[in-house]
Amino acid sequence: MTALALKSYIAVVSTRFRTLLQYRIAAIAGIVTQVFWGLMKLMVFSAFYEVAQNQPPLSFESIVAYVWLGQCLFALFPYNVDPDMRAMFNSGSVAYDMLRPLSLYAYWFSRTLAFRTAPTVLRLVPGLFFAFVVLRLVGLDEWVMPLPPSFVAAFSFFISILLTVALSASIMMLVSISMFWLIDSRGMVNLMAGVVWVLGGMIIPLPLFPDWVQPFLSWQPFRGLCDIPFRIYSGDIAGFEIVGELVFQLAWVAILVLAGVWLMRRAQVKLTVQGG
Amino acid sequence: MYQIHVQGLTKSYRIAERQPGMVGAVKSLFHRTYRDVDALRGIDFDISRGEMVGYIGPNGAGKSTTIKILAGILVPTGGRCVVNGVVPWQSRISYVAQIGVVFGQRTQLWWDLPVVESFELLREIYKVPNNRFKTSLAELVELLDLSPLLDTPVRQLSLGQRVKCDIASALLHEPQILFLDEPTIGLDAVTKASVRGFIKEINRNRDVTVLLTTHDLGDIEALCRRVIVINDGICLSDSSIDELRNQYVHEKHVVIEFGNSPCLESIHQDDVLKSEGTRITFLCTSDISDFVAQMTSRYEIKDITIETPPIERVVTELYESSK
Amino acid sequence: MKAAISLFMKYLAISVRGQMQYRGSFVLYAFGQFFTTGIEVLGIWALFDRFGNLGVWTLAHVAVFYGSVNMAFAVADTFSRGFDSFGSAMVKTGDFDRILLRPRSTVFQIAGQDFPLHRIGRFLQGALVFVYGIVVLDLDWTAIQFCLLLLAFIGMFFFFYGLMIFQATLSFWSTESLEVMNVFVYGGVEACQYPLSIYRDWFRSFFTYVIPLGCVAYFPIVGVLGVDDPLGSGRIFQMLAPLAGIAFFSLSLFCWNFGVRHYTSTGS
Ligand SMILES: Nc1ncnc2c1ncn2[C@@H]1O[C@H](COP(=O)(O)OP(=O)(O)OP(=O)(O)O)[C@@H](O)[C@H]1O
Ligand SMILES: [Mg+2]
Repeated sequence: MTALALKSYIAVVSTRFRTLLQYRIAAIAGIVTQVFWGLMKLMVFSAFYEVAQNQPPLSFESIVAYVWLGQCLFALFPYNVDPDMRAMFNSGSVAYDMLRPLSLYAYWFSRTLAFRTAPTVLRLVPGLFFAFVVLRLVGLDEWVMPLPPSFVAAFSFFISILLTVALSASIMMLVSISMFWLIDSRGMVNLMAGVVWVLGGMIIPLPLFPDWVQPFLSWQPFRGLCDIPFRIYSGDIAGFEIVGELVFQLAWVAILVLAGVWLMRRAQVKLTVQGG
Repeated sequence: MYQIHVQGLTKSYRIAERQPGMVGAVKSLFHRTYRDVDALRGIDFDISRGEMVGYIGPNGAGKSTTIKILAGILVPTGGRCVVNGVVPWQSRISYVAQIGVVFGQRTQLWWDLPVVESFELLREIYKVPNNRFKTSLAELVELLDLSPLLDTPVRQLSLGQRVKCDIASALLHEPQILFLDEPTIGLDAVTKASVRGFIKEINRNRDVTVLLTTHDLGDIEALCRRVIVINDGICLSDSSIDELRNQYVHEKHVVIEFGNSPCLESIHQDDVLKSEGTRITFLCTSDISDFVAQMTSRYEIKDITIETPPIERVVTELYESSK
Repeated sequence: MKAAISLFMKYLAISVRGQMQYRGSFVLYAFGQFFTTGIEVLGIWALFDRFGNLGVWTLAHVAVFYGSVNMAFAVADTFSRGFDSFGSAMVKTGDFDRILLRPRSTVFQIAGQDFPLHRIGRFLQGALVFVYGIVVLDLDWTAIQFCLLLLAFIGMFFFFYGLMIFQATLSFWSTESLEVMNVFVYGGVEACQYPLSIYRDWFRSFFTYVIPLGCVAYFPIVGVLGVDDPLGSGRIFQMLAPLAGIAFFSLSLFCWNFGVRHYTSTGS
């Protein structure tokens, strides 16, 4: 079963990679967009930081890292649904898959992972090149992406990003499975995207929200998408705190995966009872 | 003065080549190679007002490309093309008001609208005066027997019904010229016959010039006195059907029903194609009247039929010889 | 002209009738639009809450910029849907053939393809924020301010429409999903949600002289707000700047007509 999951993962990554590469202009456009967006955000943040009266909860350097990481990695976040999977649910051909005696969850989970990783790789490389190198060359030093302050930070960032990918895929799985009960899933996916963007920290870094919403923000799962890994990277989350945050991510992955498996069982039961 | 004048028309399409494999995909990100497909390589013909001309050729010959250029959809790579005194793609808006175009493969109607509403919309688009529209529509509905279809959404029509509606829609504004690209594709024998009858009728009543592409040579035999044959972007022939037959096939089949079993020793066995008792089919490559005279003088003969080869064979031969 | 309006109304009626067949989805989509395009407001609000005013600009000022650009974009977006999906729906499929066969301007016909009314969600969201800003600011309205506001909306409408036409024009050369223009379309909308004066010089120049979004979305609105422009624009300039939107639109039409010549249709 794992072999099958792995195989499908590799197959999806490579086909998706190839289709993405075919669209040359789209690829370039994606990179330009991501750079443009990053610069624009940084300009807005600098404007606010220049007028700040009290010490903001994040240093400007952390903001820079946060923004660039967000731009480079945003394809990882669960803001859209694999069109193949949507087609499968909409056409009802999902019924065949569901009746097969293998862990469908693992199979689709790996597909979802693949769907997220291929475009990320394509954007990560030029994005980082811009953030690290080009900005320095053109003299915009204040916006150059900083390096992690320590090896521990770098290493834990890497672990945390892996958990982000898992978290993202498990959220997507929940959305995908729930499409089974919805006739029109587009509205649902749109709402989902909005929630992910705000609560994950893609609109603005979560610590910048007013202090009175912080208790709520710190417990919701979407924080594990951007906020935790990005702040580990910048050293804003450091020391023993890192362990706590990684456990937090892991716990949410476990909860969401279990919820997904359970929901999928329900779908399967519904299928066998009603015949699809 | 010709109504349609085409001279040295060329068209090439540029196609990006795809390299296979992952390496190819990455490579093509930086460097793309292109290939030019020459769809038309110098087409010439002239068509006068009221003519009905068949335009045939094998798949990929360039028929649709020619029609699209004549309809002002495509801009050719080179050559001249003047229809009704204007260059189609240069004065598109005033030009397309004078022509009607049907692509048998694809509808031009609004998928979700009932047929009659599509027609209404076309009336608005072509600015057809109301009374003219009414008479034109009435005539078309009657000739094509459309009245049961008018309230059906286009997407629910069968292929044949849809094609009929498409043809009607191309004629609502009473164009002087009609371009038909495979209008009978996928139609049954009855519908085909009715569409052919209709085209003939329209050509006669309204004096509409018709240029028609097809793979069904029955269309050509039923409708067109003149056929233009193209292959691979060049004209192979431009003549009447009979000329085409005579030009490319010099042999005839003669079927003779003899009174009694003939003694055939005196006849070349090579020339006998088929022999069924007293009914024998000969292949005749020499002068036919000599042959018949010879036979009648020698044998007792009940019946003679001279078969011309089917047009399909002529065309097949023509396509083959042009390769 | 009368015939054109009548035809346009017919297109509109057909599209609306189609959408009303699925009223439930319509409401859902409108709500989705309202929500997803409105989340940016949370970020703006949070930043002002934490950092206070941006020089002369208060949250209410920014609300007026944000609201007006979103409203204008929502309208342009609704009426330019045909251009938005042009590459995939018309060029790839060869359906543009049909448009070319009709004796009407291609732009007019494409504009009439579809009117996704659920985009009213963005409009409502923008309107709400706009009204909030106006109410809080409690401006003394003069005729000139009204005039400027109107000019700003007209300018923005034509500007965004022009962008859509540019985007569609590119699909004559490449049938890829053209996100290129998203930088300018969505990036522009995003950028103009804040006053242009907070950005760096090069960025500002780009959005004034190259892509004249600032001319339609910033300068006239500054005049409406009655704030002394940190960029130093005068009343006359604020009045004239929105014309850049119309100039931009004209340029896009010119490019469009050039692009139509490159249309290659499809094989069948
Ligand atoms: N839009 C296009 N882009 C690229 N190549 C094209 C395009 N349209 C046609 N071609 C090529 O041009 C040549 C002529 O095509 P065309 O469609 O004119 O043929 P046809 O005579 O209509 O064939 P058929 O009988 O199959 O319809 C073909 O080789 C085809 O591959
Ligand atoms: Mg063809």
